[in-house]
Amino acid sequence: MAGQAASSPSEAAGRETPFRVTFEPLDVVRTAQAVTSPDCGAVATFVGLVRDHNLGRPVRSLDYESYEPLAVKSLERIAAEAAVEWPGARLAITHRVGSLQIGDASVVIAAASPHRADAFAACRYAIERIKQIVPIWKHEHFDGGETWIEGATADPDDEAARRIALERARQ
Amino acid sequence: MSSHTTVRVRIRLFARLREIAGSGELAREIPAPADAQAAWVALTQEFPALEPYRAVISCAVNEEYARFNASLEDGDEVAFLPPVSGG
Repeated sequence: MAGQAASSPSEAAGRETPFRVTFEPLDVVRTAQAVTSPDCGAVATFVGLVRDHNLGRPVRSLDYESYEPLAVKSLERIAAEAAVEWPGARLAITHRVGSLQIGDASVVIAAASPHRADAFAACRYAIERIKQIVPIWKHEHFDGGETWIEGATADPDDEAARRIALERARQ
Repeated sequence: MSSHTTVRVRIRLFARLREIAGSGELAREIPAPADAQAAWVALTQEFPALEPYRAVISCAVNEEYARFNASLEDGDEVAFLPPVSGG
């Protein structure tokens, strides 16, 4: 359980809180610094960006909304799941909410591990699980209208969904 | 007759559900004993346009994911969550 011990509150003191929902612009380095430690040989990062098109239509901007307390707990849950799959891997995840423009970072994931393979896998797993179980919603403004994007029915106990995330992480 | 014939709950709604109801936070009294499903039914009686969402929503009680048969006590917060789209 070395991975969990290393992310204890005392050891993380003075660092970025590892799981956050924020209205502020994201900082990849700060998120990565929340998970790095001397036993890490690798930190894999993922940055999700607001894209200028979706479903064949031009996108102008996105508004993100969250149920923040449950979103943070869901991010913590994803990290706990990843620590079981890849012992020694640690995650930090920051998701931005509010009004975002094209090119803005909406989510930053940092996965630290003694070895790179586990860092990449845990990072991929995290983004797949975020899209399945974290209560955050996109409201898309496109040329000619706006709509809520509705993806997955959130159910953290849905093992079939979790296995899909796991398979993608292990590709 | 118990004095606790109703439970007072805070209902949280998000994204499209919030827009349909016109508010993201509602205080309502529902008959006891109550569960999340009863709160949803009461809500759909007030806002019939919410009704079709039952098949795709999730619920949470006191900021934890829950099943619709989760019981509700006075002061509980129940949240109804449309399909998520973060990332």
